[in-house]
Amino acid sequence: MIVVVGAGPAGIAAALAVQECGKAVTVVDENPSAGGQIWRGDPTHRWVARFRAFNIPLISGVRVVWGYPAARTLVLEDAVGARRLAYDKLVVAVGSPEIFLPFPGWTLPGVFGAGGLQALVKSGLPVRGKNVVVAGTGPLLLAVAASLRKKGANIRLIAEQTPAALLWPFAKQLSGRASKLLQGIGLAWDLAGIPYAPASWVTAAQGDGRLQRIVLNRRGTLVTEDCDYLAVGFGLRPATELAAIMAGPDTIVAGTGDADLSLLEGRIAGYTAAGDLEKARGLEPERDQARTFAASIDRTFAVRDELRQLADSGTIICRCEDVPLGRLEGKTCFRDAKLHTRCGMGACQGRVCGPALEFLFGWHGASPRPPIFPARVGSLLSEG
Amino acid sequence: MPEIRVDGMLVNAAEGVSLAVALLSAGRTRFRTSLSGEPRAAVCGMGVCMECRVTIDGQPHRLACQVQVREGIEVRT
Ligand SMILES: Cc1cc2nc3c(=O)[nH]c(=O)nc-3n(C[C@H](O)[C@H](O)[C@H](O)COP(=O)(O)OP(=O)(O)OC[C@H]3O[C@@H](n4cnc5c(N)ncnc54)[C@H](O)[C@@H]3O)c2cc1C
Ligand code: FES
Repeated sequence: MIVVVGAGPAGIAAALAVQECGKAVTVVDENPSAGGQIWRGDPTHRWVARFRAFNIPLISGVRVVWGYPAARTLVLEDAVGARRLAYDKLVVAVGSPEIFLPFPGWTLPGVFGAGGLQALVKSGLPVRGKNVVVAGTGPLLLAVAASLRKKGANIRLIAEQTPAALLWPFAKQLSGRASKLLQGIGLAWDLAGIPYAPASWVTAAQGDGRLQRIVLNRRGTLVTEDCDYLAVGFGLRPATELAAIMAGPDTIVAGTGDADLSLLEGRIAGYTAAGDLEKARGLEPERDQARTFAASIDRTFAVRDELRQLADSGTIICRCEDVPLGRLEGKTCFRDAKLHTRCGMGACQGRVCGPALEFLFGWHGASPRPPIFPARVGSLLSEG
Repeated sequence: MPEIRVDGMLVNAAEGVSLAVALLSAGRTRFRTSLSGEPRAAVCGMGVCMECRVTIDGQPHRLACQVQVREGIEVRT
């Protein structure tokens, strides 16, 4: 049997490709429903509807916490307990979490990831009448602002750290692909009237026990803005932990980018897993084109150096272990920091502070240790 | 509408929402208390940041953003 981990665009496309080749496939996702970050809560979306129409078995609400590639076995865990799942071929399509960067006050309740707030709204959080600032960098900010506004949020401002001088050439180059990135002309309309401030970023979040206002560097001038929620994100980066653990001849990794790229990579992975290499190869040129486009987005929206200076010595860097920047001074690498401060040793296992430390100090994360998510001991006892 | 208990108080949650959404909708901004005593709440909404950890029916460290509300659950923050 072919097992796909992740029921986002990449996983859905992979499973459908396997099915098309007449092979058996099962999908595992920790979320209650299929759709991934983009189509969660939208069961009518074309791809989600197709996935359901084909009755592909979905084990939902279950997280893959570990695995043994040599024994072709995954370890699954849910609220009740753990179990194992054997496979012949494995497709890892677990998506790309958001990058968070530290600034004073970023740990206050009310400060969310940009995609993070959107994900919560998709799972039912009402935002009608709430004052929301969307900040950080990248095209996702636009999608987030548009969808929050549709739900009645009062979007005060989109603060995009990239300077206008880089944004406009990018937008021009887009013209042909605008519909792809902006998800149809609807987006431009949805965004009409929301101030979009290039070369602007949040320097601090403030409030008593929860977010009440932010301080914004708006093209060089500091201004204060009252708000209920801040949605701040600095792009996405592929989750590599499970792929690293399961690396081997029977594992294929898919989904490293936006929905279009993830769909293509998913289809290629599905055909490859099912043994139809010709179909897989046929999609490679289109995938390469999508990758080139993704790389140009990354270049345009690269985080600027000034944002390295935002955190002060008291700013928490590791949210799990409450390690402030001051305690990291003099440390030479992530390992050194882990040993002496427990930075990156907490529940998220460096998923949040890892990219931040890479940005701040150029440190790279240490490899994942078992389990990749805090799991109950019993889940891991016997080797597959 | 499922009724849940949060730190002993009754909270009415909307049907089919995640526990994180139910807590935020009810104005609860402290999901957990950090090592140094700060209040923390959901950040990533997708099971990565671990800031939304709560105790559900005696089980510690459950991710509120990944759990759907069910009638009668007991939540401790
Ligand atoms: C919070 C957030 C919101 C976003 N919103 C938008 C948007 O509105 N518009 C847009 O164009 N792009 C959005 N994006 C970008 C989005 O990631 C891509 O467009 C697209 O969803 C990528 O597809 P994917 O299949 O690679 O990954 P995903 O869609 O992330 O799917 C991965 C799936 O794997 C599951 N999973 C992960 N780890 C495990 C595990 N260990 N065990 C079991 N299951 C697991 C997850 O639950 C998820 O369903 C968002 C990204 C994030 C992080
Ligand atoms: S909000 Fe980040 S893990 Fe739940």
